[in-house]
Amino acid sequence: MDNKRLFTTKFFNVTTVFALFLLFISVNVKATVMQDTLEKAETDTAKAAAHGEKELDISDVILHHIADSHEWHFWGEGAHKVAIPLPVILITKGGVATFLASKHEADEEGKEIFTEKGTELINYEGKYYYPGPKNADGTYFTLDENKIPVNDKPLDMSITKNVLALFISVALLLIIFGTVAKGYRKRVGKAPKGLQAVLEPFIVFVRDDIARPQLGHKYKKFLPYLLTLFFFVWINNLLGLIPIFPGGANLTGNIAVTLMLALGTFILTTVNANTSYWKHVFNTPGVPWWLKLPIPLMPVVEFIGVLARPIALMIRLFANITAGHILILALLSLIVILKAVTVSLFSIPFVIFISLIELLVGFLQAFIFTILSALFIGLAVQDDHH
Amino acid sequence: MVSGSIAGIGAGLAAIGAGIGIGQIGGKAMEGIARQPEAANKIQTAMLIAAAFVDAVALFGVVVAFLTK
Repeated sequence: MDNKRLFTTKFFNVTTVFALFLLFISVNVKATVMQDTLEKAETDTAKAAAHGEKELDISDVILHHIADSHEWHFWGEGAHKVAIPLPVILITKGGVATFLASKHEADEEGKEIFTEKGTELINYEGKYYYPGPKNADGTYFTLDENKIPVNDKPLDMSITKNVLALFISVALLLIIFGTVAKGYRKRVGKAPKGLQAVLEPFIVFVRDDIARPQLGHKYKKFLPYLLTLFFFVWINNLLGLIPIFPGGANLTGNIAVTLMLALGTFILTTVNANTSYWKHVFNTPGVPWWLKLPIPLMPVVEFIGVLARPIALMIRLFANITAGHILILALLSLIVILKAVTVSLFSIPFVIFISLIELLVGFLQAFIFTILSALFIGLAVQDDHH
Repeated sequence: MVSGSIAGIGAGLAAIGAGIGIGQIGGKAMEGIARQPEAANKIQTAMLIAAAFVDAVALFGVVVAFLTK
């Protein structure tokens, strides 16, 4: 991996300064956000003490921050809340119901029934369900042992926070790479300029250090996919690190998104696989016959291997990015957990340090996802040397 | 105030395993680079891929610990 070329460019210095600037802002905003959480925690604890309930569960707060939702939350709670409500699209029994999430957010405990498109619905913790029979405490749902309502729910096709983040990142990618492609068309055979010059090292990096070593002379067919994968994962990792509006959506830390990315690699691998690949899976050469014939032990193991590769891809990206987000939030939450502002002297510098590591991890995970995809495709399309 | 479940211990054990694994990979890669500095780029790539595989196992542990809190 020829990193020197990347790290010595003027662009990289500019990026570093910009990243540090963003980080400074982000830490400030996060501190403000946590201030609210701190206040909420105090009031909640006071309330809980008054009611004799248990204390605020900080892991719930963290999981709420990294989860998908029907609004883009900035800061504040209750009447002081600053958030962008997002459109909710529900395919109910009575037809497609569309409304803004803010319309029915007053009650999130499933105590009020509202009607959309002639269908009765309730809102429980930001999710929409059909109401069941009324309980003694005024709610219309029943919980199972995992505290998830057992009620039927309409098919939720909403533009949620993650979907909007996806739209934003796709628009960004289209603008950036549209400009770059135009640059290449305009300056055929000439030195790159502007945005094109900024991104050329990365495109060449994906071609020379990821695609060519893994795919050999067949790299040209798969290069568009690998470039798309690399830049999509990378830009979403970076946007996820910005806690203010265009970012902070934890898109690559959403298992559904990584599932689709891994599925892309899986389909490409399966469709393009040659006979030698399937022969290696179902009739591995050089393996004693008794491992294959009465009980097909090797074929089963090899076939599980084929399925395990995209699953490992999926889990790796999801878990890495989610773990990064949780780590940053958990370090900030130490201030709330230990109920002392002085802890911030320790936790804020540590959060800056972890955020810098996350910048590296964001690039590294995009690189690893792409190189492993290239490796798996390469295994499937390589020529038989036996 | 400190509370938890056995899943936390599991996540810790996974972290020990990954720590040993990544330590081995990093150490051996450094030995390799020291012996043959001109192969540093290739060794780095292979090292990162291997580290990613080890990483994933530890993160499986973390995810399971979170899901079964």
